[in-house]
Amino acid sequence: MAVIDIRNLEVGFDTPEGKVQAVNGINLSVDRGECIGIVGESGSGKSQTFMAAMGLLARNGTARGEILFQGEQILGLGSRALNRIRGNAMSMIFQDPMTALTPHLRIGDQLTEVLTTHKGLGKRAAAARAVAMLEQVRIPEPARRMRQYPHELSGGMRQRVMIAMALLCEPELLIADEPTTALDVTVQAQVLSLMRDLKDRLNTALVLITHDLGVVAGLADRVMVMYAGLVVEEGPVETIFTDPRHPYTQGLLNSMPRIDRAGEERLTAIPGQPPNLQRLPSGCAFRPRCAYAFERCEQERPELEDIAPGRRKACHRERLEAVS
Amino acid sequence: MSDVLLDVADLKVHFPIPTGGLIGGRTRWLKAVDGVSFSVKRGETLGIVGESGCGKSTLGRAILRLIAPSAGRVLWLGQDLSGLSQEEMRRHRREMQIIFQDPLASLDPRMTVGDIIAEPLTALEPDLPKAEIKERVRSMMSKVGLLPEMINRYPHEFSGGQYQRIGVARAMIVRPALIVCDEPVSALDVSIQAQIVNLLMDLQAEFGLTLLFISHDLSVVRHISHRILVLYLGRVMELADRDSLYREARHPYTRALISAVPVPDPLIERSKRIEFLSGDLPSPIDPPSGCVFRTRCPHANDLCAAKVPDLEPVGTDHQVACHRWREIG
Amino acid sequence: MTNGTQAPDMAPPVRGRSLWQDALRRLSHNRAAVAAVVVLALVVLLAVVGPWIAPHAYDELYFDHVAIGPDLDAGFLFGTDTVGRDLFVRTLMGARISILVALAATSVSLLIGILYGAIAGFVGGRVDNLMMRFVDIMYALPFMFFVIILMVVFGRNIVLMFLALGAVEWLTMARIVRGQTLTLKNREFVEAAVASGVTRPRIILRHIIPNLLGPVAVYITLTIPQVILVESFLSFLGLGVQEPLTSLGVLISEGADEMETAPWMLIFPATVLATMLFCFNFIGDGVRDALDPKDR
Repeated sequence: MAVIDIRNLEVGFDTPEGKVQAVNGINLSVDRGECIGIVGESGSGKSQTFMAAMGLLARNGTARGEILFQGEQILGLGSRALNRIRGNAMSMIFQDPMTALTPHLRIGDQLTEVLTTHKGLGKRAAAARAVAMLEQVRIPEPARRMRQYPHELSGGMRQRVMIAMALLCEPELLIADEPTTALDVTVQAQVLSLMRDLKDRLNTALVLITHDLGVVAGLADRVMVMYAGLVVEEGPVETIFTDPRHPYTQGLLNSMPRIDRAGEERLTAIPGQPPNLQRLPSGCAFRPRCAYAFERCEQERPELEDIAPGRRKACHRERLEAVS
Repeated sequence: MSDVLLDVADLKVHFPIPTGGLIGGRTRWLKAVDGVSFSVKRGETLGIVGESGCGKSTLGRAILRLIAPSAGRVLWLGQDLSGLSQEEMRRHRREMQIIFQDPLASLDPRMTVGDIIAEPLTALEPDLPKAEIKERVRSMMSKVGLLPEMINRYPHEFSGGQYQRIGVARAMIVRPALIVCDEPVSALDVSIQAQIVNLLMDLQAEFGLTLLFISHDLSVVRHISHRILVLYLGRVMELADRDSLYREARHPYTRALISAVPVPDPLIERSKRIEFLSGDLPSPIDPPSGCVFRTRCPHANDLCAAKVPDLEPVGTDHQVACHRWREIG
Repeated sequence: MTNGTQAPDMAPPVRGRSLWQDALRRLSHNRAAVAAVVVLALVVLLAVVGPWIAPHAYDELYFDHVAIGPDLDAGFLFGTDTVGRDLFVRTLMGARISILVALAATSVSLLIGILYGAIAGFVGGRVDNLMMRFVDIMYALPFMFFVIILMVVFGRNIVLMFLALGAVEWLTMARIVRGQTLTLKNREFVEAAVASGVTRPRIILRHIIPNLLGPVAVYITLTIPQVILVESFLSFLGLGVQEPLTSLGVLISEGADEMETAPWMLIFPATVLATMLFCFNFIGDGVRDALDPKDR
């Protein structure tokens, strides 16, 4: 059974300017021990999908559909019921570790609090577990860090504390929302290597939300590419990168300058602007920026369909080479 | 022999940090940029890379005198800019412009896009007739890929990818010789990044622009730069032309940086060897003695703590500031 | 990149929608604020034209109608006061004076406060220090004492009251403006202006002040009722406008004396004052929400 199974999820926000549809009916599931990479640009709905799962949507947001966590519908649960799961069986790491840690509490107090509330551990046992966990996320001198405040730690260290906190209750599902975006590259490399290591050891289902295809390439088993609140392509990490089938995935890969290639030629940019969620085009949302679009793309929204074992895409074109 | 446009010599920017109580508190100095030297030829792109806190943005701003340098010289076509008065420096701004990291924050929300783009022109050439200014703004807008009929719109009416085009148009309107690009694509979506990088490269080809491209993204820097300067804690670690830097980086820091960048290819990304750095970035208020990188360097020895390494030539157009580059290989 | 040049050039420029227009649109969707604007506009309109079209003059004495309650047949909508003057027209007259004082004092405080605060904040350093210490000293002076001395030395005079109120109100304005300027000064668009070669006075005028106006607008809606209150208070103490001219404060003061025998003398002017203050507060809230829609 999948750890989390999201079916036909729609997330919308009421704004003074009208309704904004951030997620347009997506389906995805994550299994135990699997790492799924969710790739998309701003406005793709990649974060909001999982904010809905955590019950953390902004007040003007509404979600419809089903989110099954270990078979139980958790969408629409009250915060008391959700708190049983949140931070316990399902935890989340955010982009900015500074804002996610309470500034006036010591690291140790914040870590042990998770254990005393969710696992009912005593103070001493909780502290021992916390120190062990800090060690696991490769924090030097964990006993000393327990007595420090968040601002005394560097950015990379704070993010590791966040990961430790998220892992304390041995969650079934760990959601990492742009976990390394705020970090420097050398620190990012450390945090990613840590996450890779933990993933292998803990057998947790891991959702990695990011805009950086490089990060996904190193960590994910399966990749989902989102655009305008929909999954446009899905597949195993090996084939998505070598053989992208959706024009948007292809465009993303082509537009990235790569450190392992000498760049002389112009980058192949995706033309146009990211979608305006209030005025999505008819049919396929990517159509105005797509080099392969034809009439059908304007009339009919492409469904996510199987194209090969384990691979799905939402595009009316069967093959992309034909027109280019 | 191409001519040197900008020559920076031993540039230092130190910020005072007041410490201690009301009386008897002594001022300590945050050494954001600490003795940086390099020169840029006309028409080339110099990439300036480094992680947060390395002083790359401060360096860019000090060259433009948006921050006053504490010591050192900035020679513009042989003329020293550091001694100039505010007013004299203002007249030089026609030749050197800047593009900012956060495109929206760098646009005054209460001005129309036309007025924003025209601002350097109206400030530096006040005698220009209004119609002429408008004409130039419209043609610059279409040059950077904005619809000229949007001239009376306000910044918030544009989308994320277009803000930076407005910033580019503003910098280009006075036809400067040099543009300092301070992380110009870091805040942009992947698909938009490529558009702006292409735009900058096109403008460079058309106008013979010189670019100082400040970025933490080594992939983008590799794509756009001719030469690259690697900064760490306010000091130059390595300065080389692009190919030799990415092919055979000499400095341990540069190597760590390059190896850490994720590659969007699962086979390469999972098999590559990453050179991890130990420890944290030291405080720029109290940098390590000798080589500033030694506290995190796997190769550091006693000499590194005792003596500051000079930039030594490694080959043609390749310099490195490391005592042990020969031994490391 | 360049091939799109020809056709779009022909198209007429699109009119942009400025932040002010946006804010105005949001304000117009705020029912409480719109209602407050309407009510306030009515009060102001009555205060301005009322005294001319009312059947009685504000200083005319009706000895046969001394201190009577509201009497429609005799044409005394709000009744009369203890010397037989029409309370309706006097209330309108009082509202007129109160509004006049508020506007004048607020304008004075705006003019001095914005320039002073913007210069102090933008120039910074020692200049800022000196300028703000002066403000601190002014703050420390007991305001009532200051006004009383003015009144004693120069005599009771309505223009003097405008000046005195304005001279005090600008202090807070200058502080608010300076604080805003300090944050604005570090915003990237100001740095962009410096890099563009814009001179400092021009940066203050073109970039700092227009971006200050949001918080200033909010503060104005708070200052106006405050000035009205202070004026009423001064008049209540007998330091305000002089008979037979009147203000809401004077009327309330007189009404308070007759509260037991002629309650209408207190109720009507007090209701008008309260209505005006309510309206200003609602408008202030609305303006703040409209200018900063994220802050709700």
